[in-house]
Amino acid sequence: MVEGQMHKGGRISRRSFMGGVGLIGASALATTSAIEIFGNTASAESQSSLPLHQWAMVFDLRNCDGCKACTMACQQRHSLAAEQTWIKVYTMQSAAGQTYHMARPCMMCENPPCMYVCPVGATFRTNEGIVLVDQSACIGCRTCMAACPYEARYFNWSTPPAAARIPGMKQSPEWPVPQIKDTVGKCVWCADRLPHGELPACVAGCPMGVIYIGDLSNDLAINSAGNVVKLSSFLRDNDAYRFQESYGTNPRVWYIPGHGQDLNNDSASA
Amino acid sequence: MQDEIPPVNQIRSSAMRPIFEPGKRYWLAVIILASIVTWGIVAWLVQVHRGLGSAGYNNHAFWAIYIADVVTFIGVSYGGAVVSAILRLTGATWRAPLTRIAETTAVVTVIIGALFILPHLGRPERILELIYRPNLSSPIFWDFVAVSTYAFASIVFFYLPMIPDLSIGRRYLEHHGRGRLENVYRKLSWNWQGNSQQRRILNGSIGLIAIMIIPIAVSVHSVLSWAFSLTSRPWWHESIWAPYFVVAALYSGIALVILIVALFRKIYNLDSFIVERHFIRLGYIMVPFGAAYLYLTVADFLPGSYVGEDGVASVFSAVLVGRYALWFWIFVVAGCILPTLIMALKPTRRIGTIIFGAALVDGSLWLKRMVMVVGPANYGRVSGTFGSYHFTWISVSVTLAGIAAIPLLLLLVFRVVPILSINEMEEIQFENNKTQLHTSNNGPLPAYLHDINRSLKEDLDDTRVPEPVLGNTNFVKSTKEQAYKQSLTRDRSLLKHQIQVEEI
Repeated sequence: MVEGQMHKGGRISRRSFMGGVGLIGASALATTSAIEIFGNTASAESQSSLPLHQWAMVFDLRNCDGCKACTMACQQRHSLAAEQTWIKVYTMQSAAGQTYHMARPCMMCENPPCMYVCPVGATFRTNEGIVLVDQSACIGCRTCMAACPYEARYFNWSTPPAAARIPGMKQSPEWPVPQIKDTVGKCVWCADRLPHGELPACVAGCPMGVIYIGDLSNDLAINSAGNVVKLSSFLRDNDAYRFQESYGTNPRVWYIPGHGQDLNNDSASA
Repeated sequence: MQDEIPPVNQIRSSAMRPIFEPGKRYWLAVIILASIVTWGIVAWLVQVHRGLGSAGYNNHAFWAIYIADVVTFIGVSYGGAVVSAILRLTGATWRAPLTRIAETTAVVTVIIGALFILPHLGRPERILELIYRPNLSSPIFWDFVAVSTYAFASIVFFYLPMIPDLSIGRRYLEHHGRGRLENVYRKLSWNWQGNSQQRRILNGSIGLIAIMIIPIAVSVHSVLSWAFSLTSRPWWHESIWAPYFVVAALYSGIALVILIVALFRKIYNLDSFIVERHFIRLGYIMVPFGAAYLYLTVADFLPGSYVGEDGVASVFSAVLVGRYALWFWIFVVAGCILPTLIMALKPTRRIGTIIFGAALVDGSLWLKRMVMVVGPANYGRVSGTFGSYHFTWISVSVTLAGIAAIPLLLLLVFRVVPILSINEMEEIQFENNKTQLHTSNNGPLPAYLHDINRSLKEDLDDTRVPEPVLGNTNFVKSTKEQAYKQSLTRDRSLLKHQIQVEEI
């Protein structure tokens, strides 16, 4: 498998990537591409208040062999029960009849249906584009599970497994560990790690470098192999698409097709 | 056509009888029903302790039995409200013996339906967040507002027509030495004397609330449907669902009124007031809604099945010919076709078969709602596969408790509230006599009929009972008794008058 063959970016270490993000951020704010992305949801936000980061994820499906290492890394980090596949690897069928693997984390929709239907506002979206659940407020009505078109939400139907206490880490929407019984949980893109310039568990845990965590504000993305790419051209040059985009949710997750599946995916053309 | 209503005195004693001497059947029913409800509450507490998974829920069946119960219970509430409201507005006089039972059923079922949100929630102790930190864009919050509004309206609609009855009932309570309840009646009857101004105000208010409760109920059932159809799930995301829910509510609600009326007719021997004709007429109201529901079902399924969109086609084929087909077709046959046949064919248009038909309607509509809830919830939209939901002893016990709670609460309510609308029945009786006379004579109303009218009104006037004299309780008791006996004699003489009137 040829890795990063089409990537436009060079190799940069993770630390320098995350450090550089801050410097590039200021100039990137003014770029039209960033504003275009906010246009859908944050029309009320003035340009000057645009946050530093707008997180995004890219899955380079050409390299995914469906090993589920991402799922395991996530479950281990968040002390999840086996059925809580916050990032779930689906085996999909292409129009040509071939199968390919597609991992589905939370899509971090810019227009999140789960957030709108929550009766008590327990689901919210940060100004950096991360959709989170406040489990201390969730009443457990599961309307968000009904609303999510990606089946990305998981309910704690019984007492969740005990989690090892980590000093200085308190249960919060960004660090929902341990999960709370009879409330809903979901992938958080390891929102506790992002501010520290660390990769989410699934990104770090992918042995194939399939998963990129990126920042639309700074137009950069990086994977576990340390490949840094210019996000916009990486997506454009590789015919990236968003899954089931017809739902109008504007997900922040892009997929790069490969292995022969239908390149004319209708969701990609939208 | 005149509706025969038994004479005044019998109306009053039958209406008040459950308060004084409910009888053996009452106690037996209360004990059985209360044990079922208690068992259900225990099951719910176990569920709270163990987690929602113990009720059979899983990530592929995140909504199931309890939300179907909520929809069913709040749905049947509409029947009681609409039977009473529409029959009032159209001036159908035969409604009189049914209105109190129907209105009470509406109140009781909407309360039970609202309470069924609690087992549905994973965290019922946080329910007050709906009040102090609501998200106004959530259909669940709209549900909360709509159901609360409707519950309040149905209580008002239950209370207003009862004011004259409370005034009448007070005298009976006084006689039976039920002082505390009498005090409540006195306060709640707002010094009702039945004079023309009071009647005008009351009838105006009842008319207003009878009109208002119809759109309020439409809004409740529409908003309930939007909890489903505002998501993008196949089959839930259908524009037809709001009217679909409204019609289902009417259909199942009228069926429930039939069942409840039949039950209380049996328990309290109301055969002389509630006759076969009432059941037939209720059945006639019910059947068009059944036909409408069947029609909407076809309208719901045809476009999606014909076009064959991805998710919709999978869910529809599962419902029509796949894993849910058995339940769905049981609903079509038992819930729509059989009840219609029962009402359409003359030999089956009997009390027993109509009650059976009504039971079929309510049972199979619950089944239909289970299919409507579980089917789309089971369908995984990324994988295109179905999960499954299984009943557990907990979910079944809680649901049965909800069903048992309906007659139980009604039995308890009728221990403190007259089971028949005394005033309404008497007024209609009086009007009947008047028109009968008018049509036979074409002359002015005879003077003695005015007397009947006056004495009817005077019945309500408590100033005729002497005020208690301090220190001489015997005297008080005897005068009260005397007054009561006098009023009974007057009732009897009134009855004689009426017989004469009818003979004319």
